[in-house]
Amino acid sequence: MSDYDSIIIGAGHNGLVCAAYLARAGQKVLLLESAEAPGGLAANREFHPGFKTSVAHVVNHFSDRIASDLKLARYGFEGSSNVTLVTGLGREGRHVTVDGHSVTGVEQGDAEAYRRFAAQMRRFADALKPFWLKTIPRAAPGKWSDMSTFARIGLKLRLLGKDDMREFMRVAALPARDLVDENFDSELLKAVLCWDGLIGSKMAPRSPNNAVLPMLYRTAQGQSGTPGSLIEALQASARAAGVEIRTGTTVDRILVNPGQDGLVAEGVILAGGEHIHASRVVSSADPKTTFIGLAGIDNLEIQFTNRIRRLRCDGFVAKLHLALNGLPEFTGLDRLNGRLLIAPTMNDIEFAFDHAKYGEYPPEPVMEIVIPSLQDASLAPQEKHVLSAHVMYVPYRPKGGWNKQAKAALYERIIERLSGYAPGIRDQIIHAELLTPAELERDYRVSGGHWHHAEFALDQMLMMRPTYEAAQYSTPLPGLYLCGAGCHPGGDLTGAPGHNAAREILR
Amino acid sequence: MSTNDPYAGERLKLSPFYPRASVLNIREAWSAWNGYKFAEYYYDAEYEYFCVRNQCATYDICPMQKYLVKGRDAEAMLNRMVTRDITKLKLNRVTYVVWCTDEGRLVDDGTIFKLASDEFMLTCGSSCIAWLRMSTYGFDEVNVFDVTDDIAALSFQGPTSCAVLKEMGLEGIEQAKPFDILRFPFHGDTLMVSRTGFTGDLGYELWISPGLALELWDELYSAGEDYGIQPFGEAATNMARLEAGFIMPDMEFNEALKTVHFEHDQTPFELNLGWLVDFSKPHFNGRRALLEEKKRGPKYTLTRLDIEGNKPAEGSYLYGDRNCKKKEIGYVTSAMWSPAVKANIALAMIRTDCLQGEIWAEIYYEKELRHYQKVARCTVKDKPFWSPPRARATPPPDY
Ligand SMILES: Cc1cc2nc3c(=O)[nH]c(=O)nc-3n(C[C@H](O)[C@H](O)[C@H](O)COP(=O)(O)OP(=O)(O)OC[C@H]3O[C@@H](n4cnc5c(N)ncnc54)[C@H](O)[C@@H]3O)c2cc1C
Repeated sequence: MSDYDSIIIGAGHNGLVCAAYLARAGQKVLLLESAEAPGGLAANREFHPGFKTSVAHVVNHFSDRIASDLKLARYGFEGSSNVTLVTGLGREGRHVTVDGHSVTGVEQGDAEAYRRFAAQMRRFADALKPFWLKTIPRAAPGKWSDMSTFARIGLKLRLLGKDDMREFMRVAALPARDLVDENFDSELLKAVLCWDGLIGSKMAPRSPNNAVLPMLYRTAQGQSGTPGSLIEALQASARAAGVEIRTGTTVDRILVNPGQDGLVAEGVILAGGEHIHASRVVSSADPKTTFIGLAGIDNLEIQFTNRIRRLRCDGFVAKLHLALNGLPEFTGLDRLNGRLLIAPTMNDIEFAFDHAKYGEYPPEPVMEIVIPSLQDASLAPQEKHVLSAHVMYVPYRPKGGWNKQAKAALYERIIERLSGYAPGIRDQIIHAELLTPAELERDYRVSGGHWHHAEFALDQMLMMRPTYEAAQYSTPLPGLYLCGAGCHPGGDLTGAPGHNAAREILR
Repeated sequence: MSTNDPYAGERLKLSPFYPRASVLNIREAWSAWNGYKFAEYYYDAEYEYFCVRNQCATYDICPMQKYLVKGRDAEAMLNRMVTRDITKLKLNRVTYVVWCTDEGRLVDDGTIFKLASDEFMLTCGSSCIAWLRMSTYGFDEVNVFDVTDDIAALSFQGPTSCAVLKEMGLEGIEQAKPFDILRFPFHGDTLMVSRTGFTGDLGYELWISPGLALELWDELYSAGEDYGIQPFGEAATNMARLEAGFIMPDMEFNEALKTVHFEHDQTPFELNLGWLVDFSKPHFNGRRALLEEKKRGPKYTLTRLDIEGNKPAEGSYLYGDRNCKKKEIGYVTSAMWSPAVKANIALAMIRTDCLQGEIWAEIYYEKELRHYQKVARCTVKDKPFWSPPRARATPPPDY
């Protein structure tokens, strides 16, 4: 006897999206979240009395289709179709700012080149955009049933016209550095443009495999806004559709029973021992956690489990949260909106990565900074502010492991680096929280603390995401589905995996 | 071999029985198996075959891969890996098993020995340590040890084998049922004897530490002197196993992990080993794919053929009509003239939907450098060609 049509593990934004779609289609849905509040990596959390923020600090390209299907505007998500500004912080206050169409702070030549480059990248991104909301068919001999998706990708690219199509084919697999080197002179601008190809991945500007696709994924037009309002709206939309949400509830195991044709996932067993039955279980936990931790290898096939085992999941982003007694002052910058990057040159990014590759944390980390309390005043007490930074590259497993001293040393380097651009910041700090990838793993139940749940690179993309036989949201274990960032298209706050999984389930 | 041999690491390993076996390898007919120097035959393949069938003979199985699988989760791990239900295997018993890929294609076959509730020995023809490592991933308490070089093993087969072991002083050996494991004190160590083998006849396999290998050989050969004991090699083994209907890698099947083309490997159903696939087990590797195949029926079925005439149908194509005009329906995997059965026998992969109709083999053979072709009618045999009652009798008849 099933208590529910679907149980969804994890109320991150993808779990919420999937739950809302299923409930709107008439299913009885239970959403289980281990944390005290929904939202996953995008959940606002108090890290110091009166100060809140979320690990994921900006929404850049949330799907507008999903926003409208789930009526998120009505539930308070005021998404904007403007791209969030990105400012590369320069020495002595000579900054470069891009808005997706134009750039300021560079020579005339670069400014013109950027307009051309940005327009072309937008055309590529627009051509690819429909596929982030598609299920990528399996590439198996004799299974040509849904090859139309591939045909449509081909057609979309043809429609770009001959020149664009050729150019797309040429650049698609370029390392980020080669792409921007071809186009620009300004070191700072080049570093800024690389960033979205790299952040969250085990990749630096010179790395192959693959920066251009993530860049285009993130260039796809969508809704931008604050994670807090997105999660609030998703939650309200899901509840309105009838989703039952239980927070503070950890799933210990997926309930697997012998059925007519072999094992079937039939529900979950909670940490307290309670069994809940459902016609299917949909997991937004990362693939490693889902299969190895929750479903159990003895319920899965040998080769499949070993493909999950070798998924690349080590995170390289650490998270810094500062409670500040006022708005920080960055040299030469009067407005602190958008994303601020401390990554003066591509070499700085590359060298930071070199250290992390060998298990060290970088002497001069690179980072993306946001002041969330500027967008949402409820995140800090009056006159006070929150600074949130994604710090790269910080290894999940440093040599010698993580300990107090290692963390303190890393913290010192980050603040030192930050002070180079915001000289007074040290004195403004009321409280600081630094989360290493290992701590993100522990606190957010994400393997490796990985931004995308599993590395977002060619070998783990499209019909290989997370691995074949689980790349169409169903899994080799009947009754078990995936709906989190470990599925196509990948991480970031887009809602796409949750949406695609719901469509497959309702098919 | 001098220590400054530049090819030291490349040379074939020698079995612990080599000092004795090499003396008897009159023809120096050596080949290799799993990196060991290994006898193709010693004196004459046919002669050795007759010794296996009429007297007794030893086959050096040191190169066979042996793995100890130990720990609380050993049974669970093996049970998920193989298609048979290992939880039903009793202590000191052996069972024949196959294991498959996720898609239900045969990786290899072998035997599992249950040595303790948490200790099993797995033997198989070629290395499978990588597969075992993959299979143990995720189990908390299981360790796999490759003990191939730590155990000397001798297969001892033939109608007089039990009598020889008794003569050697293995008291109570006649009480061993097929697939039983017995242990005997031997020079301060333990000699393990299992009633197993690859000849389809009465026979045993003897397991001893390598340091006592020569003592074992000497005592066995001295006890067996009047019983016609003789070593046999790969060639005679291949004849005996074909009569027994056992499959061989690279003949009846390709190990799935080593094939390149899709479906150039086989499933247990195609190999007529459906009886090894236990669907009462809720889960094992490849179960879903195998269940589908069982419902659908295998495309090919490994079939025993009795072929008219006396020309071995090696490598023959099979047809559903005497003129060999219509579509071919299969191919012969192994064939021989069987002296024991006095028949022209073969194993063949035949399209399952053609098994009911006529089967004709197009046989090519050679006579004094001239090539000839003939077409021979084939009859499907349900039972193994060679399966004497003594192979199963306990105690076996005395000689
Ligand atoms: C440091 C960092 C910074 C990031 N910054 C940004 C950003 O600025 N912008 C952006 O777009 N993206 C950002 N991302 C990426 C983005 O946060 C993720 O890709 C996204 O949150 C994935 O959403 P999800 O719903 O799939 O998974 P998650 O948000 O990870 O949610 C999964 C949920 O499942 C729950 N769960 C797991 N196991 C269990 C269990 N056994 N029982 C119950 N519940 C369970 C977890 O508690 C969690 O709430 C960042 C990621 C990281 C790591």
